[in-house]
Amino acid sequence: MNLLPFNSLIAILVVPLVAALGLVALPGYKSTSRLNVFACFLTLVFAVSLVLDRPPVGTLLFVDDLSIVFVILNTLVGFTTSIFSASYIAHELDTGKLNSTYVRFYHATYQIMMFAMNLALVSNNIGLMWVAVEMATLTTVLMVGIYRTPEALEAAWKYFILGSVGIALALFGTILFYVAAVPIVGQGLDAMTWTLLITRVSAVDPALINIAFVFLLLGYGTKVGLVPVHAWLPDAHAEGPTPISAVLSGLLLNVALYAILRFKLLMVANGDAIAPGPMMIAMGLTSLIFAAFMLYPRRDIKRLFAYSSIEHMGIITFAFGIGGPLANFAGLLHMTMHSLTKSAIFFSVGQITQVKKTQNIDDIRGLTVSHPVLGWGLVVGVVAIAGLPPMGVFMSEFLVVTSTFANAPWLALPLTFGLLLALGALLGKMSGMAFGKPSGGLGPVEASYFPMVLHLSLVLVAGFYIPQPIVVWFQHVAALLG
Amino acid sequence: MINEAFSYDVAHMLAGGMLLVSFMLLYQDRMYGLLNVFALHAFVLSLSVAWEAYVNQSPHLYITAAIALILKAIIIPTALHRIVQRLGIHRTVETSVGIGATMLVGIGLVALSMALMLPVTDAADPLARQDLAFSLSILLLGMLMMVTRRNAVGQVVGLMSIENGLILAAAGAKGMPLVVEISVAFSVLIAFMVIGIFLFRIRERFDTVDVQVLDSFRGERK
Repeated sequence: MNLLPFNSLIAILVVPLVAALGLVALPGYKSTSRLNVFACFLTLVFAVSLVLDRPPVGTLLFVDDLSIVFVILNTLVGFTTSIFSASYIAHELDTGKLNSTYVRFYHATYQIMMFAMNLALVSNNIGLMWVAVEMATLTTVLMVGIYRTPEALEAAWKYFILGSVGIALALFGTILFYVAAVPIVGQGLDAMTWTLLITRVSAVDPALINIAFVFLLLGYGTKVGLVPVHAWLPDAHAEGPTPISAVLSGLLLNVALYAILRFKLLMVANGDAIAPGPMMIAMGLTSLIFAAFMLYPRRDIKRLFAYSSIEHMGIITFAFGIGGPLANFAGLLHMTMHSLTKSAIFFSVGQITQVKKTQNIDDIRGLTVSHPVLGWGLVVGVVAIAGLPPMGVFMSEFLVVTSTFANAPWLALPLTFGLLLALGALLGKMSGMAFGKPSGGLGPVEASYFPMVLHLSLVLVAGFYIPQPIVVWFQHVAALLG
Repeated sequence: MINEAFSYDVAHMLAGGMLLVSFMLLYQDRMYGLLNVFALHAFVLSLSVAWEAYVNQSPHLYITAAIALILKAIIIPTALHRIVQRLGIHRTVETSVGIGATMLVGIGLVALSMALMLPVTDAADPLARQDLAFSLSILLLGMLMMVTRRNAVGQVVGLMSIENGLILAAAGAKGMPLVVEISVAFSVLIAFMVIGIFLFRIRERFDTVDVQVLDSFRGERK
C-alpha cells in the first residue's frame, strides 16, 4: 500500500529538514512563520499515520509501540507550539527584541530541533540516538541564547557546558554498552542495534552494562533535568524565548527520558544486571522533593515553572522506576499530561510576560481582572499542574501514588509529601498573580489563545474520560516496559 | 606484520601518554601553557587513533585521527590563543582548589577508574580494555579540571580533554560503527563553543562566565 517512494517514518525526518532549508532561504516574517506551522502540521500528520501503517524495522530506524507514543506527543506539541510561536515572535519583532535575521535563524533552528528529537525517538541504533540527542541539545542552546542579553548568554553557556558534560557521560555509557555487546552480538553496527540487542542482551556480561547504565542514567539524566544534574534547566527556561521553554519542558526532557527507558529495557531483559528501578526511584524522588522546596523562594515566573518541570520529571522517572504495568501506565499518562499542561502554562506565561513586560511574580497581579482569558487560563493550568481534580494530571498522579502503595508502601510517604509541598507553593504563587488588584501593563493580548485552550481542554477531558484505544495502547506499552 | 605484543605496547604507551598529559593540564597556571599542553593532548590522541587504525586495519579511523590533529591540535588552540591574547587574560588561570590537592584528587580518580574498569572488562579485547580504563581516567580528570577552573577557556579545555578521552575509548572499541560521525558531531560542538566565544561577545563579559558570577543567576535577580 506504499505509493510514495518513502514511508511515514522517513517523512517525519525529511519534512523538518526540508522545511529548515526553506526557512533559511525564505525572506519575510509572515511566510516563514506560516511555513513553520505548516511543516509542523505535516510532520504531525505523518507521525499519526505511523499508527496505521508501520514501516518495517530497519538497521538505523524503527518504530515500536513505545516510540509512537513519544513521536505523536512530540509532533503534536511541536505543532501547537509553532502556532503559539508565530504570534509570540511577531510581538518580539514589533518590540524590537529580535530582528528579522534572528527570526529566520530561529525558525530554521526550530525545525532542525524537531528533526533531531524525532530522530532520537525513532533511531534503532544507540550511537545514532546519542548523536540525535546531542544535536537537539545544540539547537536548543542556540535558541536559549537568541536574545543576546547577558543573562541569556550566561544561561546558554551554562546549559552548553553542563549539557556537554552530560552528553559526554552518555557517550561513555554507550561505548561501554557496545564493548559489552561485542562478544555476544559481534562487531559493527549489530552491536549497537537496539532491536538486536534486546533479543540477545541476556547473554551479555552484566558487570559491564551495570557500569554503563550508571553513566547513561547520569548522562541522559542531565538532559531530563534530574537532581543533582539539573542546574542548567531553570536558567535555560527563564532566559530563552517562551516557545522554547514550552518545547524544552514539554518535549526535550521527554526525549532524554525516552533514551533512559530504552536502556532500562535492555537492563531488565538482561536479568542478571542490577535492577535499574531503585536508581531511578532515588533520582526521581530527590528531584521531586528538592524541586518542591525550591518552588517557594521563586520570584521569576518562568523559573517557577521550570522548577515545576524538574518536579514532574522526577515523578515520571519515579513511576518508571517503580515499574510494573500500573506504575508504567501512570508514568506514561503523567508524561503526556505534563507535556500538554506545562506547554499550555508556558503559552500563557509567554503572553503574560509580554503584556506585563516583566517576569517578576510580585509585579504581576490581578490577571483574571485585567486579562480574563489569560488569567483563568493560568489558573486552570496551575490547578492542573498542581495535581488537583478534575484535571488529567490528578488522574495520573493518583495512579502513581496508588501504584506506589501497591509496590512499595513506605515510598508513598515521601512521594505524597513532595506532591503536597509543590501544590502549596504553586497555588500560593498563582493566587497572587491571578487575583487581586491588577498591576503592570494592561495592554491587549495579541497572540492566539488557541494552543493554550486546546491543550488545557485535552487535559481536562483526560481527567474524566480517556478514549478506550488510547488506554489499551498505553496498557500495552506499560506491559512492554516491564 | 608487526607482532601483537609490540603493537599492544605502543598503543598502551600512547594511551598512557594521554593520561600523563591530562595530569599536565591540571597544574598549568598560565593560559598559553594550558593551550599548548592541550594541543599536545590532541596530538597524542591523533597518534593513538592513527595507531589503532593501522593495527586494526580500520582506515576510517584515519579520518578521526586527522580531525583530531588538524582541528584540535592546530586550529582550536590557535583560535583560543588569539582570543586569550585579545582579551588579555593570559596571565593566570584562576583555580579554586590548590594544585597539590588537585593532583592528589586526580591520582585518586585514576586509581578509582582502574579499580572500576579492569575487573569488569575481562571478556573484552585487551586493547579495548586498557583504552576504556585510560579513557575513564581522562574523563574524570577532565571533569576535575572543569570543576577547579573558574575561567571559561579553562572549562572549554577541560571539556575538550574529556572529549579526547571519549574518542580514545571509541577508537579502541574494535569495529565500533559511527566513530567518525561521533567525532565529527563532537567537533561541531567544540567549534560552536569557540565560535560562541567570538560571536556572542563573551569578550566583554568574559569574567562573568566565571562560575561564581554564574551562581548569582541561579538565584533570583531583583
